Amino acid sequence: MSARAVEAWALEPLNRFVHEAQVRLVLLMTPAGQVLAQSGFSRAVDVMSAAALGAAIMASTGELAKQLGQRAFAAVNHQGVRHGIFLSGFSAGRAPLVGLVVYDLDVSSLGLVQLFFEQLAAELAAASPKDAAPKQVLAADFERELSSSLNTLFGR
Amino acid sequence: MTGTGFERALDSVTRVRGVRGAMLVAGDDGLVVAEQLMEGIKGTAVAALAASLSSRLKRAMDAGGVGPGIFWHLQCEQGALLVVPAASGVLVVAVTDPDVNVGLVRLELKRAAETVG
Repeated sequence: MSARAVEAWALEPLNRFVHEAQVRLVLLMTPAGQVLAQSGFSRAVDVMSAAALGAAIMASTGELAKQLGQRAFAAVNHQGVRHGIFLSGFSAGRAPLVGLVVYDLDVSSLGLVQLFFEQLAAELAAASPKDAAPKQVLAADFERELSSSLNTLFGR
Repeated sequence: MTGTGFERALDSVTRVRGVRGAMLVAGDDGLVVAEQLMEGIKGTAVAALAASLSSRLKRAMDAGGVGPGIFWHLQCEQGALLVVPAASGVLVVAVTDPDVNVGLVRLELKRAAETVG
């Protein structure tokens, strides 16, 4: 399944990452859970849940690092029997972003995901617009923005 | 086995003339366990891609009914990649010059694989 993006500049690097790292699902979002691009998801509700959970994990691990007097953790990896989940923050020019990746252990590996995720982060940093200010989403506009993003992500 | 033990296992491989580096790689996840590499060799990339190749080769060998792989030698224009999988699933990897004594490197890789377990 091909990737879809709210921010068009994220599409090509994301497609390349999916192809090279052979991953099942990818979500690129802001630390607040606002989705920029996705690959592999078929339902909007799954994107919303994954974005909310991913953002929550980043927030709690970030706070944990703060409690330990450390900088934020570079990445979190959770390995199950058949799938692995990789969550990492990175900077793509304008603002910090978060990548959530789900991979099959039969097809890919943590090493491959880490390797190509570094490339993805560098490509996104290079592709992101340098002069545009980050778009502020007001609480009043949140639902409309969310619907609009999900419509874009699922081609409606 | 301790980190020092891993380093010692790699020492005997890197001592062979023409070996540019050796590393122990977790076969399942492609992460570096220990490494002794010359400058310019991207250890994490070699580890991730060698482990990925290993899992695909394993599937090909299973499909072909030829049993598990015991040694691979990938000869390239400007060097070679030699790998011996240890019983534990760790891969012992050597990056070499093109004209290295392959037999000797294989012997040392096998010894290292036995040490690693």
